[in-house]
Amino acid sequence: MHPLIADLIANGPVLTDGAWGTQLQVRGLGLGEFPDVWNLSHPEEVEAVARSYVEAGSRVILTNTFGANRIRLADHATSALELIREINQHGVMLSKRAAQNQALVFASIGPTGKLLLSGDVTPEQVYAAFLEQAHALADAGADALVVESMGDIEEAKLAVAAAKSTHQPVVACMVYDSGAHRDRTMMGTTPEADAAALAEAGADVIGINCGRGIADFPALCRRMRAVIDIPLWMKANAGLPELVDGKAFYRTTPTDFAAFMPALVEAGAQFVGGCCGSSPYVIRETYETLRGLPRTQSRLDPGTRSS
Amino acid sequence: MQDLLPLKESVIKGDAKSARSLTEQALASGAEPIQLLNDYLVPAMNEVGRRFECNEFFVPELLLAARAMKASLELLRPILAQRGTAPIGRAVVGTVKGDLHDVGKNLVVSLLEGGGFEVFDLGVNVPPEKFVAAAREKNAQIVGLSALLTTTMPSMKLTIEAFRTAGLRDQVKILVGGAPVTQRFADDIGADGYGENAPMAVALARKCLGLAA
Repeated sequence: MHPLIADLIANGPVLTDGAWGTQLQVRGLGLGEFPDVWNLSHPEEVEAVARSYVEAGSRVILTNTFGANRIRLADHATSALELIREINQHGVMLSKRAAQNQALVFASIGPTGKLLLSGDVTPEQVYAAFLEQAHALADAGADALVVESMGDIEEAKLAVAAAKSTHQPVVACMVYDSGAHRDRTMMGTTPEADAAALAEAGADVIGINCGRGIADFPALCRRMRAVIDIPLWMKANAGLPELVDGKAFYRTTPTDFAAFMPALVEAGAQFVGGCCGSSPYVIRETYETLRGLPRTQSRLDPGTRSS
Repeated sequence: MQDLLPLKESVIKGDAKSARSLTEQALASGAEPIQLLNDYLVPAMNEVGRRFECNEFFVPELLLAARAMKASLELLRPILAQRGTAPIGRAVVGTVKGDLHDVGKNLVVSLLEGGGFEVFDLGVNVPPEKFVAAAREKNAQIVGLSALLTTTMPSMKLTIEAFRTAGLRDQVKILVGGAPVTQRFADDIGADGYGENAPMAVALARKCLGLAA
């Protein structure tokens, strides 16, 4: 196990952060505006979001770099393409400034937005885009890289390979929201199959983010835990959104969200946090609940301390 | 008339190579392109849609089936065009303003084309005025609006209003879809139809034109 990860999880579950998009919207990010460019245009707001999670109790915070890969930027924010390295590096810098020595910074790498299977993009192009982003993030000092919101295991594997080339720890998580039981990715793969594939690809931490509400996460977590011994990362939505008076509304309250923590930890999660609909309030409640859990050593064997 | 069920099967299974060769064989032995489309290709896509709704098929199966359908259509289209057979309808499709997601929208475009429609794909983050202008210019009967974000669903309402303001509302059928969209929302904003998934969009579009699904 990577020593950074082993150290983090040694004394129990690690609290990550919550949603960034909605927090930036509260601070003025417009509908359809590409959030990542705010690292350059509104750095103080981005840092404020990062800081709000550190203050809420997050031990690990992410970065505002979810969409900052060349393929996604080429489609949606062409003018920002030449600033791609800066966007990524400022994202890390802002989170690190907010984190100080209270939290670690795991840099976010999201999907390209294009389906490999459609032929719109080649594996080589996808790998190159992730490679560029991963190195920009690692060079800026990210403590680890998080490949998140993946709906296609093939794309996830390319992202993990690119991220691993930086020699930083790599977290890889998938989204499960399809199928009769809403337990498959949109491409049809299962938590078990994906966990095994990501372990084989060398991810240091494997997990699930988005897709389902917190109530559904313990069961999904258990399914991954059943097939791998690697630390698990669970970042759930605070329920699913409803449109009320033209605005998205998430019905799961901070208290309700936090109430699922014992079950999620019991199901084998080492890293827990919130995704869509979560806020610093949700993270604060979760922090309090986790603090109240009996202190346990990590059930996972840290193994030999090698990178 | 030879048994052409293998053609239907090849589309359902996503076997583009077989779909192409079976179409060639069928045409060579005198089958009518319009009959191949209506009796084998359209029912194949309907079956694909049914399996998707039953959660037997996922995005990969949809994509492969659409590709197989396209392989067959590529042979049929020139003949249909030569004979002056018009597409069954014209559709303008896009992801609404503020939203950049396109997987669902792209599937709808592929499946509508497979279903015999002429489709104009406006891409993503499409403002209401652009939908109106395209529908007017292309004389479209169907307008398809896609959204993946709850926060961009209001753009669907704005788009429908733009058609009303432009005096074009009655000339088009506006269909909406996307993960967070519901029938209730579609009704609230005055859409003509809501499709729970990409295959249903095709059935809906055909229904709007008074054709059997």
